[in-house]
Amino acid sequence: MNRLRHILPFALFAVAIVAAQLCMRVTETEYYLTQLTMSLYYAIVVMGLCLLMGHAGQVSLGHGAFFAIGGYTSAVLTTHDFTRISSAVWPGWLEPAHLFVAKQDLYGGQTMTVSPWAAFLVAMVATFLVACLIGYPALRLRGHYLAMATLGFGLIVNKLVLASAIAGAADGINGVPEWTLGFGLVVSGKSTARVQNYYIACGLVLLLLLLLRNLVRSRVGRALAAIHDREIAANAMGIDTAAYKLKTFVLSAMLAATAGVFFTHYTGGIGPSEAGALKSVRYVALAAAGGMGSLWGVTGISTALNYFSLRGWFGSYDNAVFGVILILIISLAPAGPLQPLGHWLRRLLSRLFQGGRRPHGAA
Amino acid sequence: MALLEVENVRRSFGGLVALDRVTFQVKTGQIKAVIGPNGAGKTTLFNIISGLLEADAGQIFFRERSISGLQPYEIARAGVSRTFQNPSLFLQMNVLENVMVGRHNRTRWDFLGCCLRFPGQTKEEQSIREAALARLEHVGLAHLAAAPAGSLAFGQRRMVELARALATEPELLLLDEPASGLNTKEKQDLGNLIRKIRDQGITILLVEHDMSVVMDLSDDILVLHNGVPIAEGVPAVVQNDQKVISVYLGGEFQHVAASDKP
Amino acid sequence: MDHGNLALQYFLSGITKGSIYAVVAIGFNLIYSATGVLNFAQGEFVMLGGMVAVTLAHFAPLPAAVTGAVVTVALAGCLLEVLFFRRLRHHSVLHLIIITIGLSIVIQEAALHLWDEKVRSLPYFTGNEVSSIRFFGAAISPQVLWVLGTVAVTVVLLHVFLRYTLPGRAMRACSSNPEAAMLVGINIPNMRTLSFGLSAALGALAGCVISPITMTHYEMGAPLAIKGFAAAILGGLGNPMAAVLGGLLVGVLESFSVSRLPAAYNDAAAFVVLLLVLFVRPHGLFGSPTGESVREH
Repeated sequence: MNRLRHILPFALFAVAIVAAQLCMRVTETEYYLTQLTMSLYYAIVVMGLCLLMGHAGQVSLGHGAFFAIGGYTSAVLTTHDFTRISSAVWPGWLEPAHLFVAKQDLYGGQTMTVSPWAAFLVAMVATFLVACLIGYPALRLRGHYLAMATLGFGLIVNKLVLASAIAGAADGINGVPEWTLGFGLVVSGKSTARVQNYYIACGLVLLLLLLLRNLVRSRVGRALAAIHDREIAANAMGIDTAAYKLKTFVLSAMLAATAGVFFTHYTGGIGPSEAGALKSVRYVALAAAGGMGSLWGVTGISTALNYFSLRGWFGSYDNAVFGVILILIISLAPAGPLQPLGHWLRRLLSRLFQGGRRPHGAA
Repeated sequence: MALLEVENVRRSFGGLVALDRVTFQVKTGQIKAVIGPNGAGKTTLFNIISGLLEADAGQIFFRERSISGLQPYEIARAGVSRTFQNPSLFLQMNVLENVMVGRHNRTRWDFLGCCLRFPGQTKEEQSIREAALARLEHVGLAHLAAAPAGSLAFGQRRMVELARALATEPELLLLDEPASGLNTKEKQDLGNLIRKIRDQGITILLVEHDMSVVMDLSDDILVLHNGVPIAEGVPAVVQNDQKVISVYLGGEFQHVAASDKP
Repeated sequence: MDHGNLALQYFLSGITKGSIYAVVAIGFNLIYSATGVLNFAQGEFVMLGGMVAVTLAHFAPLPAAVTGAVVTVALAGCLLEVLFFRRLRHHSVLHLIIITIGLSIVIQEAALHLWDEKVRSLPYFTGNEVSSIRFFGAAISPQVLWVLGTVAVTVVLLHVFLRYTLPGRAMRACSSNPEAAMLVGINIPNMRTLSFGLSAALGALAGCVISPITMTHYEMGAPLAIKGFAAAILGGLGNPMAAVLGGLLVGVLESFSVSRLPAAYNDAAAFVVLLLVLFVRPHGLFGSPTGESVREH
C-alpha cells in the first residue's frame, strides 16, 4: 500500500503529461507544446529552489543567474568559432573525439564549435565553481543578508552578460545548434521535433523529481530539515550545517544550469533577461506558490503559471501578477497555499460524507 | 582516566565575568554534577564544552585531545552529545524522525547515494529507523513515534531529546537541567534512566538545580559560584562544605543533610 | 582635458549620483532602525517622487509640483506601512523583505500602467540642459549644485530632527530599545509609520531633484534600491549618517570604474561593492562587530 502511495504521484503526472499532449493533438493546438516545454524547463529551476528554500531553509534571489550561466556557457561554446585556436594549439583529434564540431558556415568556410555534450559538461563545471565561490561566503550570512547577497550576485551576472560582446550584449545569443542526446533523442527547436522535445522535457523533469524525492526522504533530507528547523541543535547533533547548506546551494545551482542548457538548445538562443532580477524573483514566487517544500506542488504550479504567462494570459501585467502572488502567498500562507487548501478540502469532504451524523466533540 | 579535562576556562560577556579559573575533570563511567546558584555560569560552561561558545582562555580536552575552538558538530562527532535546557526538538518532524536525526553521525550515505538509492543506502536507512525506535523504547516513548514533535508535553519532549542524544552513541553525555519541570515521579524515573545509561558505559555530566536528584544520583559534584569553582568532591563532602552551605544560605543542604540522619 | 580635470569630472559625477544613493541609504536605515525590515521598495519612492512631480508640473509651478510630489509619496509610504507591515509584524524578517521585493515589483508595474514606459523629466530648476558652471576646471550643470545642496540640507535637517526634536528622539528610542520606548509611552506603531513616511518623503525629494540629470522612468527604482542598500551596508546598517558617506563612496567608485572598465560594466561596480562588504566586513565601515549580527556564527 505504501509503495502504491509512492508511485501514485508519478503515475498521475505521467497520465497528465500524455493527456495534455493528446488534447492538444485533437484540438490541433499542438504548437502550445512549445510553451509547455519551456515551462517545464523553468520548473526545474524552481525544483532546485524548493530544495534550497523549502528544505534547507536558505533563500536565493539570484537563481536566474545560474540558469543564465548554464545557458550562456553552452550557447557561447556551441556558436563561437574556435578555428583559430584549435588548429594552432590542439591536434586534430578534437573533432573525432566529439569534443568539437566542424561545420561549414554560410560563406563556405570551416568553423569549429564545441560539441553540445562537451559544452554541457563545461557549463556544469563552471556553475559548480561559481556556486561554490559565491555560496561559501554567502551562506554564512543571516537570512536577509543572504537574500541581498544572492540578489546582488544575480545582478552582477546580469550586467556582465549585458556588457559582454561575446555574450551578444543586449541581444543575447542566437543560432544555438540542436543537441543530439543519443538514443535518437535530439533537443531541438524544430517544429517537427516538437512532440519529441516535449517528452524529453517531461522525462528530464520526472527523472529529477525522482532523484530529489529520494534525497528528501533520506538521511540527507532529514539533515536539511533539521538545519531549517533549528540550526544550532542540528549542529549539536553532529551535522556539518555549513557544508550541507553549501552542497544544497550548489546542487540547486546545477539544476538551474541544467535547465538553462536544455532550454537554450531547445529555443535556439538565450537573452540577458534570464539573469535579471525579475526572473529570479519570479522563481521565488513560484516556489512559494507551490508550497516551498513540496516538490510536486512546486513543479505543478510553476509549470502551470509559467505556461499561462508564456501564453500571454497575464498580458502586460505579467510581472505584476508574480509580484502579487509573492506578496499574497508570503503574507497569508508562507508554507504555500496547498496545505491550507488541502485542510479546507478535507474538512469540506468530511462534512459532506458525515451527512446527518453529528460529530462528537471536535468540529 | 579522565574523559573530560577542563583547564582554567575563562569567559566574560562585556564586563561580566561568567566563568573564571574553572578547572575540573570527569572520569570515565562517572555521573558528575555541576551545581550552583542561578547565574553561576553552568549553562555557559556547557555551551563552551559543546562548542556553541568559545572560551576567552583555557583549554578543554576530551580523551586527551583538545576540543577547544572546535565547531559543535565536530565535538559531537568526537563523542560528546548534549541536551538543552529548553528541549530543542525539530518541531516540523515527528518524534521518530527527531531521534533518527541523532543517527546522522554514525551513518554515511550522502547526496549522490541518497538520490540514487543504492541498496546499501536503503539498508542503512532501515537500520537508522530501527536504532531510533530502540532508543525511543529505551526512554519509554516508542508508542509516540508517529506523533508530531510539537504535540508532546514538556516532560515527553525532554525524553525524546534524550533519546535523540543517545542515538548519537556518545561517550560523554551533557544533560542541561534534565529534571526541571518534572514532577516527583518523573524525577525518579529520570534518575533510574540516567543510572541505566551510565551502566551502559556512557559518562554523564549534568547541570541541575534539584538537590535531591543531584545528591542521589551523582558520584562527584562541582560547585560553581559566580563562575568560580568553590568546592568539588563526593556528595557527602560537598554537602558539609562550609563555603557551599553559606553560598546556598544553608536552606537546601540542611534539608538533605537532615534526611541522611539514621 | 587633462587628467586632473577628467578626474574632477568623474569625482563630481560620482558624488552627484552618490548623494542620491545616500538618500536611499538613509531611507533604508530609518526604516530598518524602526522596524528591522530592509525595505526594498525604497527605490520606488524615488521613482514615484519624480513621476508624480512631472505630472503635477503640468498644472503647477515647479516648487508646488515638487512639494506635492513629496507629500503624496510620503502619504503613500505611510499607507504602505499601515496596510502591510502593521498586520504582518509577526512574520519573520526574511518574509517581510521578500514582501517588499514583491511590492517594489507591483509598484513598478503600476507606474508603468499609470504613466507609461517613456522617459520623462522635470525641467531644470535653474538654467537648462546646456547651462554649465565652471568649477576648478570641470564643467557642471547647475542642477548638480541643486542635488548636492538639497541632499546636504536634508541630511543636516534629519540630523537635527533625530537628535533634538521629540519625535526624532522617540524614533531613535524605538530603534535602540522598543520595550523601554513603549514603557515611556512612545507609540511604537506610529513611529514605524513615521519612519516609512519620512523615508518616502526623502526618497521623493531626491527623485525630483535628480530628475533633470538622470531622467525619470518606471524602471529606475530597482537598481537604485540595490545601490542604496550597498551604500547603507557600506556605511554600517543602523547608522544614517554613515550611510551618507557610504552613498558618496559608492557613487564615486561607480564613476571611477568608468575610467577603468568599459562603460557597460560600471553598473556592476556597486553590486560588487555590496558583495564585498557583505562577505568581508558585514558590519560596514562604521558599524561595530558586536552590534547587529550579520553572520550566523
